[in-house]
Amino acid sequence: MKFQPNSTILFVLAGLVILFVIAQSVFFLVRAYRRGTTLGIEKGQMTKTIISTAVFTLAPAVSILLGVITLSKFLGLPLPWLRLSVIGAITYELPAATSTANALGISLSQTVTDPKVYTAICWVMTLGIFPGLIWVPLFIKKIQGGLMKIKNKDSKWGDLFMTAMFLGMISAFLGMVFADIRQGLKGWIPIFVLLFSALLMGICGLLIKKCGCKWLENYALPISMLGAMIFAAFITPMIGG
Amino acid sequence: MRKERSYEDMTHLYGRIWILSALGMIFAYPIVTCIYYGAWPGIGPVLKGLLGVAPIFWTVGLIEVLTFVPMLGTAGSYLAFVTGNLTNLKVPAALTAMDNAGVKPGSEEGEVISTIAVATSSIVTTIVIALGVAMLVPLTPVLDNPAVKPAFDNILPSLFGALAVVYVSKNWKISIAPLVFMVVLFLLVPSLSSSVGVLVPVGALIAIGSARFLYKKGML
Repeated sequence: MKFQPNSTILFVLAGLVILFVIAQSVFFLVRAYRRGTTLGIEKGQMTKTIISTAVFTLAPAVSILLGVITLSKFLGLPLPWLRLSVIGAITYELPAATSTANALGISLSQTVTDPKVYTAICWVMTLGIFPGLIWVPLFIKKIQGGLMKIKNKDSKWGDLFMTAMFLGMISAFLGMVFADIRQGLKGWIPIFVLLFSALLMGICGLLIKKCGCKWLENYALPISMLGAMIFAAFITPMIGG
Repeated sequence: MRKERSYEDMTHLYGRIWILSALGMIFAYPIVTCIYYGAWPGIGPVLKGLLGVAPIFWTVGLIEVLTFVPMLGTAGSYLAFVTGNLTNLKVPAALTAMDNAGVKPGSEEGEVISTIAVATSSIVTTIVIALGVAMLVPLTPVLDNPAVKPAFDNILPSLFGALAVVYVSKNWKISIAPLVFMVVLFLLVPSLSSSVGVLVPVGALIAIGSARFLYKKGML
């Protein structure tokens, strides 16, 4: 069988896995919706959550698609399509492919034609991330048990603990934005974008609180995000990034 | 008489079934490809490739489970770890949805809203990528356009700038220590940006430490 990274069999394989994951998402979505109804959460609230999350997801999803296109130049479409739809992220898959290519002494500048190189990359990508799927069932009850203990002991501290964890994550990403400022004005672009996004969010907050635009609550994040991305597309050529 | 399983118990049961089946499906791709093309790569090349990424990926994977499970809830975790793209998509989606709905992570209502957000986000992402793959030929010139590139290069500052306003403004006292630490760290060692995943728990520990200190002093 002559190998081709865009062959029908590979598309069918990737498609089947992706369908399985969509089924899993639909299963949990329906189950959560029903549970919400039992708990007395308003259907309108749940529908709002679905719509606003869908809108928020669009821009990051297109960005993930860009990752698929980048990887497809040397791995064909099915493998990047699978890896970035399920389990992975470009930040994992690109280093995995590069590391394997380096180990085999080949260049990733053109499409892989050797089936053994292709399958080696497939295996490294798969073995590189799969432990995450084992850690969850293994540790989830312990982690939640630990959190419950903290909450039962002191519920205010329990809430602060959770907030602090998320703030830690935000801090790491906010700090990262400052990594390139030694490159001169070009390196400041991410900071300008960050500040612009923050400004838009602040304006949305004012409109919600002072002008009673309650509907904006669910869309403030996607609006700020998209606005800042458009801003980045404008200022980058001006600054010369 | 058999004890009836609670909703939470059933979520764990379904979650395990789905996550382990997903694991099997994910392994099916390399296995079937190797069998179909009769092209097993051999242990050597795979080990060599793996050596370059596994130590960091496996550590970050464990860290992500410890950090994100409390935020995503039970079903949200079982789902999000299968669908991936956690920091740039699933975690912000779940937390923003819970914030907008006025429910707390870890509560029963939080569990419902977080699951709805993670599931919706996974479905939409999968559909967008599938459509993009199907229409790759007409879409590539648009997405590859140099005018569009800076917008997507800056997706993380665009996301975290807005998130920071919401969370930092509400909890600015807790935020100061981890923020100052991270900004100084990245200014001193810019190359760390490629391993930001490892720094997330460092930030979390600093934030928890500073929150504990302020809480004990009665300042929160």
